Amino acid sequence: MNARHATLAGGFGILVLLPFVSSPYVMHLLIQILLWGFIYTAWSMMGRFGFVSLGHGAFMGIGAYVPALLWNYYGLMPWIGIPLGVALSVLLGLVIGYPCFRLKVIGHYFALVTLALSQVVLLSIVAARDITGGSLGLTPKAAGDSWYALQFSDKRYFYVISLLLWLGGLAVWRSIDRGIGRQVLDAISEDEEAAASIGIDVMREKLRVTMISAALTALGGAIYGQYLMYLNPETVSGIAVSLQIVFAAIVGGMYAMLGPTVGALLTISLNEGLRVAFATNFIGAANTIYGVLLILCIIFMPRGIVGLLERMGVRRARSNAVAAE
Amino acid sequence: MDIYLVEAIVNGLLLGGVLALLALGLNLIFGVIDVVWIAYADIVMCGMYILYWLYAGLGWPLPLACAVAIVGLAAFGVLVHLLIIEPILHSAPINQLLATGGLLFFLQSFATLLFGTDFRNIGVRLPIIELGGIYISYARLLAFAMALIGAVVLYFFLKRTFIGTAIRAIAQDRDIIGLMGVDQRRIYLLTSAIGGGLAGLAACLLALQHDVHPFIGNTFGPLIFMICVLGGLGDMIGGFIAAFIISQIISIGGYYSNTELSYVLAFTFFIVLMFVRPRGILAR
Repeated sequence: MNARHATLAGGFGILVLLPFVSSPYVMHLLIQILLWGFIYTAWSMMGRFGFVSLGHGAFMGIGAYVPALLWNYYGLMPWIGIPLGVALSVLLGLVIGYPCFRLKVIGHYFALVTLALSQVVLLSIVAARDITGGSLGLTPKAAGDSWYALQFSDKRYFYVISLLLWLGGLAVWRSIDRGIGRQVLDAISEDEEAAASIGIDVMREKLRVTMISAALTALGGAIYGQYLMYLNPETVSGIAVSLQIVFAAIVGGMYAMLGPTVGALLTISLNEGLRVAFATNFIGAANTIYGVLLILCIIFMPRGIVGLLERMGVRRARSNAVAAE
Repeated sequence: MDIYLVEAIVNGLLLGGVLALLALGLNLIFGVIDVVWIAYADIVMCGMYILYWLYAGLGWPLPLACAVAIVGLAAFGVLVHLLIIEPILHSAPINQLLATGGLLFFLQSFATLLFGTDFRNIGVRLPIIELGGIYISYARLLAFAMALIGAVVLYFFLKRTFIGTAIRAIAQDRDIIGLMGVDQRRIYLLTSAIGGGLAGLAACLLALQHDVHPFIGNTFGPLIFMICVLGGLGDMIGGFIAAFIISQIISIGGYYSNTELSYVLAFTFFIVLMFVRPRGILAR
């Protein structure tokens, strides 16, 4: 057991113990950070290989709305509804991903196609207002505390669920990293033709990572909906959510495993901090700062905060090595 | 034929004019600098606020306020290029899109800070014309005419003047143009200024028919990106036609069902067409 393992164990211990000492408000923030961190991580699984999708609001919206609608209208428990929503998201990811990859719709064209996709889902939810409640939002029927309905008034349950979800997301990230997939995808994002020429099934690898990313985003959306017990098309789908996902992941650093989580931590604490500091006098203050931060981030540190820290770490290690000689 | 359907088609035609005008500047920047200003519709929003503030707030005469809005946004376009695009001009195009996305957040929330989220109207009431039982909004007619004039002027500027030729040349080959003695940077700045100015013009005409609020860009933004891509990058005529196709889908679709579904139809049409004709509807 080395220092690295000790840090990991210590960090995990703190995360497990937190619910016993913190107030409901802090719990609420932590759950949000974990859930959004999970979703941002899911997005980065595509983003870091150069598929910048502005359509993840679509996956999240489907993931959140499908189980809630099935629950409200057919009494179908979320344990079945959530997998159905996830499956539908994956299907949508395939339907949009396959032609995009086949026809080499890349870069900002890919971004714009997926942007249109997220608008399609948002507007469909609004248009079906008789069923979904439209812009007024949707409240899943309350069933008290129950595992069957996946509803709990005690935030600690959701804390544990989000924590597990988030750890699961990191595990998926790691398995992509560890497996052959990582090198394959890196090769594809460097030079597609060259990758194909050495026998890589470019299409299959791209679709695989798209499916994983869509599935996890939908799962995150579903749990987010179960936690908040209120869905609004503007807060779980559409262009605003899609951009929020992209930007938080970039600010945190989409190339590192913990980058997207750092993005969630930073954006949510910034938002809350400014909200508390300025009350409602400055509704736009948080996003004004956020916008400037984003521009600076993309210009000066495209690898995000974690990327910057890593580079500083490497430099320090190098200078230490020089000093030791 | 049903008179309401005719009205829907005529109104669609006029909406197409507004969209074509909105897409004109974006298309120029998209085609020449190869950058997507994802905040373009929000820059238009700023122009609407400038107009609102000068005309309704300070009581300036309308033409003067419009002129200030147009010149102001042209200057803003130059600033956007200098501060945001130029430092990352040579990195992947997606980075430029995302950096202007930061601008989108900034502008929307800054407008919220300054003006709140209220819907504001500049309070100019233009008449509604009745023509054989069809009601046509004068403001839309005006926007349609201006879009037509703007497109024609821009077309001749690009085709007939030296600078216009240089702009078209740079869109075709970025590297070789320096050898021909054209200052690439100057062309980019000029393009950004024209793009910004066109956003200002669109803002003036849009303010006549829509209330301004900080998130109005979200309504028009996605539509005008679709139009630019559908029309083919930098293809002014294609963009013009695309604007009318999209507006007809929205207008006729809205007649048969509801507004949201007609937008869904338009976005779906865009996605499908991206796969069928990725280089634009007029591409050979």
